[in-house]
Order: sequence, then C-alpha cells, then structure tokens
Amino acid sequence: MVSFLRFFINGISLGSVYAIIALGYTMVYGIAKMLNFAHGDVIMVGAYIAFCAMQYLGLPPIVAVLCAMVVCTLLGIVIEGLAYRPLRQATKLAVLITAIGVSYLLQNTALLIWSSNPKVFPSVFNVGAIRLFDGNLVISSETILTIVANIVIMIALTLFTGKTKMGKAMRAVSEDKGAAELMGINVNRTISVTFAIGSALAAIAGVLLCSSYPTLQPTTGSMPGIKAFTAAVFGGIGSIPGAMIGGLLLGIIEILGKAYISTELGDALVFAVLIIVLLFKPAGLLGKPMREKV
Amino acid sequence: MKFNKALVAMILAVVMVMGLCTAAMAEDEPLKIGVIGPFTGAAAIYGNACKYGAEVAVAEINAIGSVQIELLEEDDEHDAEKSLNAYNTVLDKGAQMIAGTTTTTPCIAVGAQAYEDRVFMLTPSASSPDVTDGKDNVFQVCFTDPAQGTASAQYISEHQLATKVAIIYNNADAYSTGIYNTFVAEAANQGLEIVSETTFTDDTTDFSVQVAAAKDAGADLVFLPIYYTPASLILATAKSMDYAPVFFGVDGMDGILTMEGFDASLAEGVFMLTPFSADAEDERTQSFVASYKELTGEVPNQFAADCYDAVWALWNASLSAGIDGSTSPEDACEMLIGQFTGDFEVIGLTGTMTWDETGAVTKTPTAVVIKDGAYVGFND
Repeated sequence: MVSFLRFFINGISLGSVYAIIALGYTMVYGIAKMLNFAHGDVIMVGAYIAFCAMQYLGLPPIVAVLCAMVVCTLLGIVIEGLAYRPLRQATKLAVLITAIGVSYLLQNTALLIWSSNPKVFPSVFNVGAIRLFDGNLVISSETILTIVANIVIMIALTLFTGKTKMGKAMRAVSEDKGAAELMGINVNRTISVTFAIGSALAAIAGVLLCSSYPTLQPTTGSMPGIKAFTAAVFGGIGSIPGAMIGGLLLGIIEILGKAYISTELGDALVFAVLIIVLLFKPAGLLGKPMREKV
Repeated sequence: MKFNKALVAMILAVVMVMGLCTAAMAEDEPLKIGVIGPFTGAAAIYGNACKYGAEVAVAEINAIGSVQIELLEEDDEHDAEKSLNAYNTVLDKGAQMIAGTTTTTPCIAVGAQAYEDRVFMLTPSASSPDVTDGKDNVFQVCFTDPAQGTASAQYISEHQLATKVAIIYNNADAYSTGIYNTFVAEAANQGLEIVSETTFTDDTTDFSVQVAAAKDAGADLVFLPIYYTPASLILATAKSMDYAPVFFGVDGMDGILTMEGFDASLAEGVFMLTPFSADAEDERTQSFVASYKELTGEVPNQFAADCYDAVWALWNASLSAGIDGSTSPEDACEMLIGQFTGDFEVIGLTGTMTWDETGAVTKTPTAVVIKDGAYVGFND
C-alpha cells in the first residue's frame, strides 16, 4: 500500500511537469490553431538560461527563473514573428513542418552554445522532504513545488482567459479569426501574446523539469515535449483543464504501468491508453467535439 | 639522346648510393608503431590520453637502449573514414604495426582494412567484440564490453560487496545489454542473488520506479552497466528516496565527476570497474603518473594506461619474435600473431595480460571507489 502511494505520488509529480508543458501546447493550439512542436525546445532553452544565471552569474533561483521567463518570452515572440506569422495563410502542413524546423534549429543552436556534454541542474528548490510511514514514503520539496505551481498556473490561466480583455480577445480569435478581426481585435498581437505566455510557461516548466530530473542536454525538452503533446491531446487539445487532467493522468499511468506491469512497457502503455481514449472520445477527455460545417 | 643517358646514369647512381645508406642504417632502424586516435574533436580526451600514454612508454623503452621505437601519430577525429586515411598515412610513413585505434567505430573500419593488408593491430581501448570479431590480427588491451559484466560479478563476489543485487540497464543500448547479459550469467556462478532487474531507454528521465524496485527488493548493491548521464539521475533519485546501497558501475561511469554542476557527494562510495587507478601505490604506476603529469600537466586516466601497456606489449612481443626496424609489416603481423596467441604474457599497469585467438584479453579486474570527489583504489 505504501509503495502504491509512493508510485502514485511520483506519478502526480511527473504528471504535473507534463501538465505545465501541455498547457503551453494547448494555449497555442486553442488560439492560433497550430501545433508548436518547438515548445519542448523552448523548455530546454529556459532551463539552460536558468542554469547559466545560477551557475555563472550566481543569481538567486527566483531571479534566475525570472531571467529564463524573460528570455523565453522574447524567444517565443521572435519565433512567432519570424517563422509562423508569414505562414498565417499557408496550409497547416507548412506550419507544422516549420515548427519542426524551428525545433531542430533551437536544439542545434543549444548544441553549439552549450555543447553536448550534459550539465547537472543545481537542486535549488530542495529544502528538505516530508517523510511518512517510517521513512518509506518520501515526498521531496520539488514534487510539492511542481504540484503547487501547476495548480496556481492553471487557475491563473483560467482567470486570465475568462476575465481579462486580452483573454476575451484570445477566445474570440480562437472561435473565429476573421470575425474577430472584423470586430476590431488585433489578431497578430493576440497571437503574439499567446506565444509570449506559452513561452514564459515553458521557462517555468523547464526549471521544474530540471529540478526533478537534473540532467540538462540540448535534447532535454524533446521527449517530455512529445509526452506533453500527448497529454494535451489526451485531455482535449485547446482545453486548459483538459491539459491539466491529461498531464496528470499520463504521468500516473506511466509510473504505475512501469511499476506494476513492466518497465519496458511504460511508454507503450501511455500511448496505448491514448489510442483507446481517442477511439471513444475523438476530441479527447474534455475537448469540444467539432462539427463539420457543410 | 645523350642527355637522357646521362640523366638515367645519374639517377641510377643516386638510387644506388641511397640503397647503400639504407642498408647501412637498417641495423639501427627503430621499430615504427602507428598510433591512431581522435586528437581533436568531441572524443579528443580519449585520443590525447592515449597518445601521451604511448609517448611515456616510448621514452621509457628508448632509455633502455635496446631496440628503439619511433611513434607515427595520426589524428582520426573519431571518424571511420578519416581513421582509414590516418591508417594509410602511417603505413606510407613506414609503420610496421598499429597501436590503435583508440575508439570503437573507427577501429572496426581500420581493423577490416588491416586484416586485408595483414597489418598487426593492438587497440588500447576499442572495447566492442566487433573490433576483433573474425580478424586474427586485431587484439585488445581493454576488456571487451561483455567481459566487463563477467568481471564485475566476479569482483563483487570476491570482495563480498553484496549478496542481493539489483540491476538497472538500458535495454535500447547494445553496450548496456551486452554487459547485463554476461553479468547475469556470471552472477549465478558466483552465488549472487539478483533481486530486481529493471530497464530504461535513452529517453527516460524518471527513474523513480527503477530505484524503488531495487529498494523494495532489499538490494544492497545496484549494478549500473550504463553511461554516466542516466547514472547521475539514478544517484539523485536514490538520494531523494533515502536509499543508499552500494552503486557499482563499469567504464561508462567514468566521467561522472566531470559533469558540470554535478554534486560529487551523490557519487560518494560509488564503485567503478576500471583497469587502472592513478592512486595505486606500486612504483611503476607512480612513475608513470609522474612522467605523464610532467608531459601533460594532468593525471592520466585509463586510456593513457591502456595505451602505455599497448606499446610495451608490442615492444616485448617484437623483441621475443625477433622483429626489428627492417621487418616488413606483413612478416611482423604473422610473427606477432604467433606471439600473442602463444604463451606470451605482459605485466602492465592495467594488470597481467594474456591473449587468446579471439583477440580478447584476459586480466584480473580491479575497481576504484569514489571518495571526496576523486577515484581511490579499493583494498579490503
């Protein structure tokens, strides 16, 4: 029972990281209707910036996270402006391929700047741990921080999109780009802001990811990025609570699957569950089914 | 026409004089050994260690005053194509045998060519069995990858490090799986009980399940036949779970202390199977470490020691086979194969070595343990 609880908590911890990354995917998809496959690599850049700020400049962790958020926000806006905005009227396939190109560009640039030698992310958020059941169940401070950050971010995003003017503009753009423009909403600016927010989230996700799993390489973001994309689809892409639930479920299924079925099948299981869910609910758990208008 | 005749005569004369010179010099001609490895590029740390290790060996041998050695060094940048070019270059320069190549992938390519050309190769550090497979002229100084599994199991049992062993290995990687298989086979012979076996792949970031499985099974030693990057994550995970078994790695673990930002306290007490420890107190190791430091300013690693041993082995074998600077590479190859497959034995820095027909080495495994962020020889 204790071991089940431990795996469950590990699952929630891993799932929370997936969920924060998935929020970035889902925001951008929901509003700009494009899959930003470079999102995972923005996470990696964020983690590197935070690492450099702490390791080389000796900045305190909070300032380092803020630095990472600023750099990633700018990076997000630049990527959107240079790579995606010129393709606004192009086919979805062209945008998708461009996103994959940006992903490789970021990875290889990181390879040039920081080399392929892995760096170890300092355990800055490790301020002790909670020990239960005679020390059989250890919950680290990183786990708690990840879960709390996840909940805070989700609530903040929901309020932002629901209550603020910019949030309303985002929802309008996501409903109908053309109509929103006719109503006087600056579509390009709205999409830029979406990218900025998504990339700032990526920076936080990068720091949390590397706090829990401290090896930092140019490819650090790619696999978590793909898993988080799966989580976003699982929960219903475009839906903020969906990304959260999808991420958590994915993490829990992965860890429990590895623990009780086989370590070799952990990943396979995750994707098998995804296929089954999509067979019965093609729009994901919380996704709105889209009707084809004729 | 007359002019041409004069020219031919002159050329002939020059050639004859030169011929006399070579004949006269043959007595003192040094043994020429080609050293090929990555001296630049991502794997330069291995190639340079090897080069300087060989240079220390040559300085010692030439000081004896018997048959001298001349090293012909060529860079291959850890690239199979460039390695073949380097191999051709050293042969053109008159190399009679090769101490190399340093890294596995180039060594497989060069080994195939050397087998065609009948040139003897002794690689210090290319550890895959593919390096020697099907080639009677290629031999290794280092253990093959699978042999490390056998050697680890023997070492753990002999030094009574543990009875209950957990294994975490990368089942998407031939190196890791190869060591895992031979470890499991030998563990059964050594009476080690394997209580947990878990796997991961190159993309794995979360090791909580693997470490928890080892902890729940009550393993007092975790065997990690993997590279140091995932190993560092496993060490961090174990710490966050308050789990402190003995961790035992193989040569892939070498480098964990050089990771930027790595908290060396995580690796405290980690064992590593390696043939060489710069802290060993025997006179030979000490003098090697001193000469190497003088040459490079650094402490030698196992690659330097492997290459040092390779040069000594080639020299000893050449001496007993009667090879000198004038022997052709083809003849030297057959004579050296005879030596290495016979009862030839070399006492090196990395142990007492003998070889069999497969080209694989037999020597006693040794291990180091990490203390205060440095490798320390383990004696119990």
